[in-house]
Amino acid sequence: MIDNIWLVPLLPLLGFLINGIFGRKLGKNLVSWIGCGSVGLSFLISVKVFFELLSLPAEQRIFEKIVFPWIYSGFFKVNISFLLDPLSGVMLLVVTGVGFLIHVYSVGYMYEDNGFSRFFSFLNLFIFSMLMLVLANNFLLLYLGWEAVGLCSYLLIGFWYEKKSASDAAKKAFIVNRIGDFGFALGVMLIFWTFGGLNYTEVFQQAPSILVAGGGLVTAITLLLFMGAVGKSAQIPLYVWLPDAMEGPTPVSALIHAATMVTAGVYMMARCHILYELAPFTLGLVAVIGAVTAIYTASIAMVQNDIKRVLAYSTISQLGYMFLGCGVGAFAAGIFHLMTHAFFKALLFLGAGSVMHALSGELNMQKMGGLKGKIPVTFWTVFAAVLAISGIPLFSGFFSKDEILWKAFSQGNLLLWLIGVICAGMTAFYMFRLLFLTFFGKSRVDESIKSHIHESPKIMTVPLMILAILSVLGGYVGIPKSLGGGNNFEHFLSSVFGEKEMIIHHSAFTEYIVMIISIGVALAGIFFAYRFYISKPELPKSLAEKYNFPYRVLLNKYYVDEFYFKIIVNPLLKFATFLWQFIDIRIIDGTANGLAGMVNWFGGIGRKIQTGYVRNYALGMVLGVILVLAYFILK
Amino acid sequence: MDLSLMDINWRVILPEITLAVFGFVLLLLEAFLPKDKKRITGHIAWIGIVLSFLFCLNLYGTQLSSFKGMALSDNFAIFFSFLFLISSFFVILQSLSFLKREEQVRGDYYALILFATLGMILMASTLDLVVIFLGLEIVSISLYILSGFRKKDLKSNEASLKFFLMGAFATGFLVYGIALIYGSLGTTNLEKIFILIPLTETTLPGKDFLLYAGIGLLIVGFGFKIASVPFHMWMPDVFEGAPAPIAAFISAGPKSAGFAALLRIFLLAFSSFKPDWILIFWILSVLSMTTGNLLALWQTNLKRLLAYSSIAHVGYILIAFVAGGNSAISGVLFYLSIYILMNLGAFAIIISMGSKDREGTDLFKEYAGAGLKNPFLGVFMAIFMLSLSGFPPTAGFLAKFYIFSSAVKSGYLGLVIIAVINSMISVYYYLRVIVYMFMKPAEEDIKPVSIPFSLGLVILVTGIGILAFGILPQPLLDLAYNSIF
Amino acid sequence: MVPVSYYILLSGVLFSIGVLGFLIRRNVIVVFMSVELMLNAANLAIIAFARNIGSLTGQVIVFLVMTVAAAEVGVGLAIIMMFYRNKKSVNVDDGNLMKW
Repeated sequence: MIDNIWLVPLLPLLGFLINGIFGRKLGKNLVSWIGCGSVGLSFLISVKVFFELLSLPAEQRIFEKIVFPWIYSGFFKVNISFLLDPLSGVMLLVVTGVGFLIHVYSVGYMYEDNGFSRFFSFLNLFIFSMLMLVLANNFLLLYLGWEAVGLCSYLLIGFWYEKKSASDAAKKAFIVNRIGDFGFALGVMLIFWTFGGLNYTEVFQQAPSILVAGGGLVTAITLLLFMGAVGKSAQIPLYVWLPDAMEGPTPVSALIHAATMVTAGVYMMARCHILYELAPFTLGLVAVIGAVTAIYTASIAMVQNDIKRVLAYSTISQLGYMFLGCGVGAFAAGIFHLMTHAFFKALLFLGAGSVMHALSGELNMQKMGGLKGKIPVTFWTVFAAVLAISGIPLFSGFFSKDEILWKAFSQGNLLLWLIGVICAGMTAFYMFRLLFLTFFGKSRVDESIKSHIHESPKIMTVPLMILAILSVLGGYVGIPKSLGGGNNFEHFLSSVFGEKEMIIHHSAFTEYIVMIISIGVALAGIFFAYRFYISKPELPKSLAEKYNFPYRVLLNKYYVDEFYFKIIVNPLLKFATFLWQFIDIRIIDGTANGLAGMVNWFGGIGRKIQTGYVRNYALGMVLGVILVLAYFILK
Repeated sequence: MDLSLMDINWRVILPEITLAVFGFVLLLLEAFLPKDKKRITGHIAWIGIVLSFLFCLNLYGTQLSSFKGMALSDNFAIFFSFLFLISSFFVILQSLSFLKREEQVRGDYYALILFATLGMILMASTLDLVVIFLGLEIVSISLYILSGFRKKDLKSNEASLKFFLMGAFATGFLVYGIALIYGSLGTTNLEKIFILIPLTETTLPGKDFLLYAGIGLLIVGFGFKIASVPFHMWMPDVFEGAPAPIAAFISAGPKSAGFAALLRIFLLAFSSFKPDWILIFWILSVLSMTTGNLLALWQTNLKRLLAYSSIAHVGYILIAFVAGGNSAISGVLFYLSIYILMNLGAFAIIISMGSKDREGTDLFKEYAGAGLKNPFLGVFMAIFMLSLSGFPPTAGFLAKFYIFSSAVKSGYLGLVIIAVINSMISVYYYLRVIVYMFMKPAEEDIKPVSIPFSLGLVILVTGIGILAFGILPQPLLDLAYNSIF
Repeated sequence: MVPVSYYILLSGVLFSIGVLGFLIRRNVIVVFMSVELMLNAANLAIIAFARNIGSLTGQVIVFLVMTVAAAEVGVGLAIIMMFYRNKKSVNVDDGNLMKW
């Protein structure tokens, strides 16, 4: 089966073609069978392939398959060929597995939509592109997949194109991504220029001998590639498209903007880890950008009321963690977190979709509440995901997040570690805030829809349950040694990243302490969330009212709470609002718009030259002649 | 005169002769056929093209030379002949339904297309500057008439007049350039020039300036033909005013013919002067792509937008002249083949969207919502636009990538960076077409347009070609690589 | 014998007059005549060079250029006629429908 790896991307492509061309005539049942079936089959093949890979001895777990020669001409040889190693194997499982569950969920979620067949053909096209990205064995094919997933994301964000906000968001996503892609394309060009080839094996084998570690060239290459990753994985300063991308259907947010496409940047850096390890400056930048993004967007997530936007900012923040992991050289930990995040964040989005489904499309968390008993399956699955993302011990997010934090700590990056820990507390806070606002407390649902709140159909809840199981158990493949596990995940990936015997600066005891600190911070976050949204639900509101009168606030009888709130939470909330309102909207959006405006302005000036008078055209030409001749004379 | 002494092989110019014969036949038919029978003229025209194509096919690989190098059939010439014939074939197919809609079915229209094709083939399959000049004039004069074909339409008149005046003006520079080169080297044969130049520099120091001025004027003359900034200004107006199939024709054939001549002149005859002219091409390239893309941002007329896009693409192709070498030349051939496909396809869609009363407006807003009403047109327009913007996996991406990487290989990273920035800007306006077709609500209730068979065929073939060459470019790349002179 | 450089100088002057005429004059016919002047300046240069080199090729080239010029006149006047019929004007600046 491992020889037939090409079947994995081919099946979704076929699904796309069939649904895209004949979709309207096939009827919804057949469309959903083809859409889900093709991805399901390629998931089964991936599992089979994965186990075949596992059965090989560790050092032989690299398999290349040339499907057909793509460009063979003179100076230039590129194949359509696939590379299967532990890294792409893991990605393969995540993409097809989570993708399949989301496909199934979409059958229920999108059933009433007119564009049902269009939706499934786009989803299949996306899976195909993502698989090309993951399986590529050269940079050109990677770039192809890279652009193609961007295109699919554009098509799917703008799926409800009648909505102006949706088509605007789609355009924004596409254009911001192109800024990153520009760097990525240049990086690929530079690689070609340096190595004379684009195959991974070719490039990575030559890299240590051709490039000087820490030299300008490798730094330039990695920075350019990183620019692509920043765009695709929505990091500062190119993250602005992701929150807007929530205009797309919820399964799209789950699949593309949480589980798979946005993690392409992390995958790409892990794939190129040999280059990145040669460029310490870039690695440092990656870590800093990751950490800053993580805390910055986590703070924004704390004040959002739109359930999908909370999740969007949370996704950016979690991606920041993965970048932090890569930046401190813990690529395996980054990929580990990528995997667990795919499980629980997809689950959260799908759960949010299920909530919206129950509440006729309501997004505002202030208009939810008390849903716990009414949609129990959704509640319990989302609860599992919230526990996982908050880093509660025994849930998957705990292991992966802690792995990253521990790596950051053990390498002496105390500041980055501290940011990561604070961010973990904030994550716990906003996730439990989401949970409490949505499912607990008094119902604030509009009367008109209150009567027909209902649990989603089986076709939607079963994927939720499977993802919940994965969110709980997914972490057990990588239990660290200090907790008695074998860290199998890192070990498995070691044939890609190399077995790095990290010098143990710290004893297991330190590791426990570090672990306990992060657990403590997470619990503190949960405590605050509980305090504000369950035990004293009127608190945030009254504080928000009194926030204008700081003296009276000090005299308030909830002195302790007020104190915490005033000193820690409120400035943070205020700062977060400021960041969101000012930096996010004014500066970053403004800069992007300003750049576009400037380009446009030049065009506006330029076109005035084209006056419409033949004599002026001739004058332009004569000027050209004079310049050309003058060049030859003066030369 | 003893003819046997002369180097004559009629077989080499059989494709040209076929086109000329068919052209004259069409002119006669125009004069003598009753009006209701003129429909057959279009079919005769494409049969002539196919016949000429078969003769070319027969010549492929022969490497013959005739009339003392004034006509030859090396692979380079044949490759370009293929391009011209294919693009003329598509243009004739487009015109079949276009002329019918305009109620202007006429034989002379097709005759002029055949003559223009003949001129282009002459330009590509010769080693003599004078023959290149003659071919260029045959092309230009035919196009002056064709772009004014809608006689009652003021825009078409104006396009024709502007094209004619600017074209004649450029011809003046070109002829003067040829005169100076002839004067300083005593020959107009490109191969002889290539051999003579190293000698000239030592023996004729005083004539250097004449030679350089001649080269400069040639750049101007051909710069006009390929519409490179600052010699581009005719192009947007001609595109807007000319009938849509003719605009498509201008963007495909004559432009490629200009590049064929430029390649031979600069990468063969004057290749030893490369350090002298490389900076000029560098500047022309940057100017063309930047101006083309920036001005395209403002356009509200689709044909005009494609004119500026065409200017930008000229900039990308000129990169290959800076890069030089075999890979760059084959890159140009590949790029032009793909460019012809995507442009002809896009224009075929513009023609299908037009109607007699609305002909010549082609405003964006007329396309609002059209993609949903006509999914066939919409999807293919999206393919063409994505390919024009260089988006994988369309062939437009590979074409760009190929030229850019040949420049990277030659060490012109700065130029490539400018080009990549430019192609990013271009995404914006190409995307706008797609946005209009799919995401803007229609202003009034539009009905789906009916697509005539011939137009549908052009759209389908070009669109599939773009996707196919994007995924399996190897046959075309091999062909291009074997067609270097 | 007059040296060849005199001819070239004359042809250069004629050519420049042609270019300037194209830029300055407004009557389409006169503009067109300026173009013809440019072509003839080139012809003069070619003839002079041909005589200087002592080959007949140049004279043949001139014939070809003259033929082309004649064809251009034929087509050009027809286009100008067409323009005149619709616009009732022979001023180049009246062709200003399309711009930017």
